[in-house]
Amino acid sequence: MPLLSVQDLRTHFHTRHGVYRAVDGVSFELERGETLGIVGESGSGKSVTCYSLMGLVPQPPGRIEGGSALFDGIDLLRCSPAEVRAIRGKRIAMIFQDPMTSLNPYLRISEQLIEPLLIHEKTSRRDAVARALDALNAVGINDASKRIHSYPHEFSGGMRQRVMIAMALITRPELLIADEPTTALDVTVQAQILELIKELQRESGMAVIFITHDLGVISGLCDHVQVMYAGRIVETATTRSLFYEPRHPYTRALQRSIPALQPKGGELYTIPGLPPDLSKPLSGCAFAPRCELAAARCRQESPRLVPLHPDHTQACLRVQAGEI
Amino acid sequence: MPDPILELNDIRTHFPVHEGFLFKRQTGTVRAVDGVTLKVQTGEVLGLVGESGCGKSTLARTIMQLLPVTSGSVILEGKNLTAGTTAEIRAVRRDLQMVFQDPFASLNPRLTVFAALAEPLLVHRMCPRAEITTRVAQLMTLVGLAPRDMRKYPHEFSGGQRQRIAIARALALNPKVIIADEPVSALDVSIQAQILNLLSQLTRQMHLSLVFIAHDLSVVKHISDRVAVMYLGKIVELGAAVEVIERPRHPYTRALVSAIPTPNPDIERTRQRLVLAGDPPSPLNPPAGCAFHPRCPHAQERCRAAVPPLTVLGDREVACIRAGEL
Repeated sequence: MPLLSVQDLRTHFHTRHGVYRAVDGVSFELERGETLGIVGESGSGKSVTCYSLMGLVPQPPGRIEGGSALFDGIDLLRCSPAEVRAIRGKRIAMIFQDPMTSLNPYLRISEQLIEPLLIHEKTSRRDAVARALDALNAVGINDASKRIHSYPHEFSGGMRQRVMIAMALITRPELLIADEPTTALDVTVQAQILELIKELQRESGMAVIFITHDLGVISGLCDHVQVMYAGRIVETATTRSLFYEPRHPYTRALQRSIPALQPKGGELYTIPGLPPDLSKPLSGCAFAPRCELAAARCRQESPRLVPLHPDHTQACLRVQAGEI
Repeated sequence: MPDPILELNDIRTHFPVHEGFLFKRQTGTVRAVDGVTLKVQTGEVLGLVGESGCGKSTLARTIMQLLPVTSGSVILEGKNLTAGTTAEIRAVRRDLQMVFQDPFASLNPRLTVFAALAEPLLVHRMCPRAEITTRVAQLMTLVGLAPRDMRKYPHEFSGGQRQRIAIARALALNPKVIIADEPVSALDVSIQAQILNLLSQLTRQMHLSLVFIAHDLSVVKHISDRVAVMYLGKIVELGAAVEVIERPRHPYTRALVSAIPTPNPDIERTRQRLVLAGDPPSPLNPPAGCAFHPRCPHAQERCRAAVPPLTVLGDREVACIRAGEL
């Protein structure tokens, strides 16, 4: 049985300007110890997917319209608030993009680090502090016994993200959700954090969901990748298969617009137009208006995710028909 | 070689640090930019890279005269801006324009696109009032926006379109040099590509010089002719963009290049990554000698002795005494 099995998750936001279908029918599975990358542009629904699993979508305006998310047999979307609290922060942990805003500036690092232990494991303060020290050492903070009593503002951005990771991992979660954890950091610090996540994962065997818009970050870290567009998954495959044989026109367009993969000085490929307005009904494939390979039926018929082979699934009518 | 359009001579921008409540006394100096000498040619794109806190944005603001220099001079087309009076600077400023990182913060939410683009035209009396609408429409077409949207407000545009407005505003006065401070960092990849294309097309078309600041080396390599790598307020390596990024000589540039994740799983899984330990040192209290020596894998005793000057090494300039032997 997979560790996490999400079926047809739909999260919509009911606002004055209409219903935004931020996540509209997302299904995926994650095995223990596996790393799944979710890639997509802003507004593609990658963060909302994970916030829905964690019960962090503000309701209202958000509403989980349907679907299920079985985590080790427990449906995260339907269990009671008490059950969610028992899992969140204990068996599933999350780290966020901005380590500045996700740490409480009023509390010492020590207080924030031991909080999950005091709540979930009923450990004594003394034991909790000892474990917090170990956790800080494990994420490579020098002089941890002194720094543990510092406030967040006394740390640099990279150090704060290390503290966030230490905090997330202190309860030894089975699943770590990382929402763009390195986007706000410098490349050299990003390299440190990515190495750290890889190393900790090897040691503890936890599963990781890694959300990013940077295809480069995904390539060295993840086993599987899924590409999201307009609230849906358009392509999912093993990392190698996705990078070397991308099939969906959106994935291909994304790859072609990265400067690193293009000859120097040449015109970069650009995707014309803008992502669709999710509050308006979409007919057909959401990417069709921007797709240079779109045919007439792409605008009428909604594509479904169909496996090309066991490791590669994608939602493009024309690829499925064998035309491209 | 033709005369450079923009010349920076030993620029230093320091910020005093004060302590105390009533009787403030200076307790230190942040050396944000500490001796930068650069020349930018007409039509050239110069990339400026480095980690946060290395002084690249301070340098940009110093060039723009938005921050006072501590010493050194900024020379634009033979005119020394740092010695000029306010009126002189104002007159020259039209030749020197800036595009900022966050198009959500750099546009006034209460001004329509028309008002935002007309303002510099009016202030600098670039064209008669009657022709302003035509000129604004022209500018919008130039950056790929529909002139019919000129009465709209910034919130009605997407991030990429806003950055186009910011670029149009910078172009309004027919500048000679544009300084773009991380213009694509806040944008999605597909939009980033559009803005990069637009910038390189505009510099070619209008013979503009562009100082392009970014932390993403692949973006810098793509757009720049030359690249300058900064570390703790100083340039540590300067040369042709492709050369510097594909064959870095300074140990810091090597580490920086090695840290970029490549979108290629096979390479990414097998390559050895040079992971730098720790964070850059504080510019308040820089280490003696080469500022990079505490993190440098090749540091020796003599690296601690003196600050290495930027010296010519083959096709580029490098500030490392061991660059020749490594």
